[in-house]
Amino acid sequence: MSTPATPKGAAGLRAEDVKPRSAKGRPIAKAGRLAGWLDDRTGSAKPVNYLLKKVFPDHWSFMLGEIAMFSLVIVLITGTFLTFWFVPSAGRVIYNGSYVPLKGIEMSEAFKSTVDISFDVRGGLIMRQIHHWSALMFIVSITVHMFRVFFTGAFRKPREVNWVIGTILSLLAINEGFAGYSLPDDLLSGTGLRAAEGFMQSIPVLGSYVAYFVFGGAFPGEAIIPRLYTVHVLLLPAIIVGLFTAHIVLVAVHKHTQYPGPGKTNDNVVGYPMMPVYMAKAGGFLFIVFGITTLISALVTINPIWLYGPYDPSPVTAGSQPDWYMGFADGALRLFPGFFEFNAFGFTLSLNVFIPALVVMPLLYGIAGAYPFIESWVTGDKREHHLLDRPRNAPTRSGLGVMALTFYFILFFAAGNDLIAIKLGLSINDITRTLQVLLIVVPPLAYWVTKRICMSLQRRDRDLVLHGRETGRLVRTAEGKFFEAHEPLSEHERWALVQHEPIKALRRSANVDANGVRKRGALGDHLRAKVSGFYFADGVHPVTPAELAAAHHDGSAHEAIASTPEWVGQLHGGADERPETDAYAPHEHQEDHQVDPDSTTAR
Amino acid sequence: MTEHGTEPTAADTGEPRTAVRLDQGHIKGTGGIPARFSDPGLAPHVHRLADREEKAARRAERQVAALFGISIVATVVFLVAYFGIDLYTYRFIPGIGQANLSNVVLGVSLGLSLLCIGLGAVHWAKTLMPDTEVTESRHPQRSSGQARADAVETIMAGGEASQLARRPLIKYTLGGALGLFAIPLVLQLAGSLGPLPHAELSTTFWRKGMRLMRDPQLTPIKATDVTIGSVFHVMPEGIDKAVHLLEEKGKAAVLLMRLDPDDILIAKERDWGHDGIVAYSKICTHVGCPVGLYEQQTHHLLCPCHQSTFDVTRDCTVIFGPAHRPLPQLKITVDSEGYLVADSPFREAVGPSFWERG
Repeated sequence: MSTPATPKGAAGLRAEDVKPRSAKGRPIAKAGRLAGWLDDRTGSAKPVNYLLKKVFPDHWSFMLGEIAMFSLVIVLITGTFLTFWFVPSAGRVIYNGSYVPLKGIEMSEAFKSTVDISFDVRGGLIMRQIHHWSALMFIVSITVHMFRVFFTGAFRKPREVNWVIGTILSLLAINEGFAGYSLPDDLLSGTGLRAAEGFMQSIPVLGSYVAYFVFGGAFPGEAIIPRLYTVHVLLLPAIIVGLFTAHIVLVAVHKHTQYPGPGKTNDNVVGYPMMPVYMAKAGGFLFIVFGITTLISALVTINPIWLYGPYDPSPVTAGSQPDWYMGFADGALRLFPGFFEFNAFGFTLSLNVFIPALVVMPLLYGIAGAYPFIESWVTGDKREHHLLDRPRNAPTRSGLGVMALTFYFILFFAAGNDLIAIKLGLSINDITRTLQVLLIVVPPLAYWVTKRICMSLQRRDRDLVLHGRETGRLVRTAEGKFFEAHEPLSEHERWALVQHEPIKALRRSANVDANGVRKRGALGDHLRAKVSGFYFADGVHPVTPAELAAAHHDGSAHEAIASTPEWVGQLHGGADERPETDAYAPHEHQEDHQVDPDSTTAR
Repeated sequence: MTEHGTEPTAADTGEPRTAVRLDQGHIKGTGGIPARFSDPGLAPHVHRLADREEKAARRAERQVAALFGISIVATVVFLVAYFGIDLYTYRFIPGIGQANLSNVVLGVSLGLSLLCIGLGAVHWAKTLMPDTEVTESRHPQRSSGQARADAVETIMAGGEASQLARRPLIKYTLGGALGLFAIPLVLQLAGSLGPLPHAELSTTFWRKGMRLMRDPQLTPIKATDVTIGSVFHVMPEGIDKAVHLLEEKGKAAVLLMRLDPDDILIAKERDWGHDGIVAYSKICTHVGCPVGLYEQQTHHLLCPCHQSTFDVTRDCTVIFGPAHRPLPQLKITVDSEGYLVADSPFREAVGPSFWERG
């Protein structure tokens, strides 16, 4: 703080002001003055400076969320464009526009205006296609972003809330997409709405009322298009944008997670500052996403509703599929056997529709949303985690994740069982039956295989740390024996493989206290010890310095150092005959290896 | 301490370090070797070509500028194409086929104009902007104990100051008011959304004596026109005069097929038909898609939405797929002029199941 000056009138006060100066000492020109004007009125200099200096870590997988964010921007821009021409009305009109095959056909105003956007509004088709493609991109990137967050454990404390927000966003996004592609009132989407009405009817007790309320009477009615329109352009976007904002604010508050590596700790963020690097990279990436989406939209037709024709409840096309993100729900409907419909006391309980159509989706999302809390209960870990897990270092979590994905993708493929049957020339019945069996059998197998692969990868990491990299250089000893020289990992390379914490399964605490009285919560403890054992009992732990030292000392390539002493010295075909510096320090790097320990001790 | 037993872990306390000997078993935590490795810190920075050579930096600059330049050109192309290309021009474009020229040119130029800005900016960031890593420290999310205590204190003091606890009359009436105020808003919405279904889901447009009409031509069908193996999409006579056309069509759609009467295995099916001609609801009993695919040889009806398969020789019972109930049959006969007519309305609800359907 400067010392208070004697008042010298307004001019004097101004003279006391420190002129904003750039780093090189030049006064910042106009931009600085505008910023000063703004700061005078908002005090934004400090937060803006903080944000501009904010550090983001660099990794390709962090761009998945960015693609989702930018796709949201693109759908909002193109969607606004479409609202200027789209007429959300089921009112009947006779088409008399420029697309000849539809001339004279009766259709809804919604369908007609969509055809008009596609053919008679200049640039309308490209906007429509960008809107549809970027909506698909939005949901794909949300989904893959979710995988990234799950498999790296980024949902752990303090980010559980943000994971839940993300899960809700994902659920809302697919419903927003459904509402959107139902709006043009073409034959395909109308058939989708017909099925949706059937889902509602299957709700126990209230079904027919819910359907009549949503559709404003009998299907299709005139109410559903304008109602869906409000949901699609106002209600859901408002919630999505609100939750998305919260999602991003929380990312800023928590600071981005980072992958483990040398110099990266749980207490820092290593990366590049917002200004200028991320301004250019992320800003540029927005344009890249927009540009690629636009190129796809220019070259690949999507949802050509003029070929489907207007909706009519009587005709249908073969191969009626929803957009991809509704595939899993549609697949569930196709696989769920019909005998789950029951009749009793004059009432019908249609669980063959209700469960796959209305229970599976919220159930899957509910489990996903609850997962961080389940895992933190199992580990009993209440610390903050800002360093990501490599998926292999969490074998059980990765296994469970792949199990869920397998379940999801079998349902997804089931939604195309008719297309698979046609393309592969197989029987649809065989395919459906097979998928029904696979849905139950494959996910547990996928869990087991993934877990084993992760553990094998962990063992490979151990091997690499203990015995270094195979150089392919054979050394012949004076006695005529051969061995392959191994090159040790550098300190920095090694750290990435040994930095993670070894997690041991929780032990079950005694059921009774010192006085022999049964403890409260003993059952919960017992369960938790069981689940913890399921997660961590067979964990592969990172190499410790002692193990590495032992491996070097011994020259053995074996991992379980103490257990099989008879192997000592055998694996390298005679490495024991020579000082292990020969085996582990390749001659060309010998000076590095020799210098290293000395320099560390000198430090 | 042997030289090769020394493990070059950095930042150690400098205690003497020795390896464990295998012949002594795996000894943990002795000999001064730390239990875990320690973080060696950031790897040394490697400078990029453009950091070291001004020539490379200038090349990168030109590349970035070229990308921005392409973007400018693409935007100009967009503007020219917007006004210059007729909206109804179709051209053959390799790899795509016949396509609207305006759409393709506008899209490609817009896409390139956007893409090149992005590529330029990213290339700029990757080649010329500083790439030395910066470290920012984190702080726990948890507020300090004092701040937490203060917040609780503020809330409690506020509650105390409002005298909520001491004045139960206010507490309970406020609770009641807040609990109830949303009901009118919800009721207004829910109550006005739609009419009650009453029996509408169980009835259709079909009445006794209505002729079966071809869909969409709406011409009557003579029994003699229906040859064995043929299938007709059918609507009731007068449906085009219906007030709610689509709603009625959604329930009244019927499929008409003629089988060899000997192929029909169920007596009721034969009785409700006419000389092997049978009429069934076209609306799937699963979720209501039109059951649009008829397999002539096997007499199977297949729903294209979820592949429920109905056997027409056995009163359209489900033989495969997620549907449970057979398709309802429409009882038909022939009028004095030889046209097919309904002999009665549908005797059960058509379409997807619902609770009170029975």
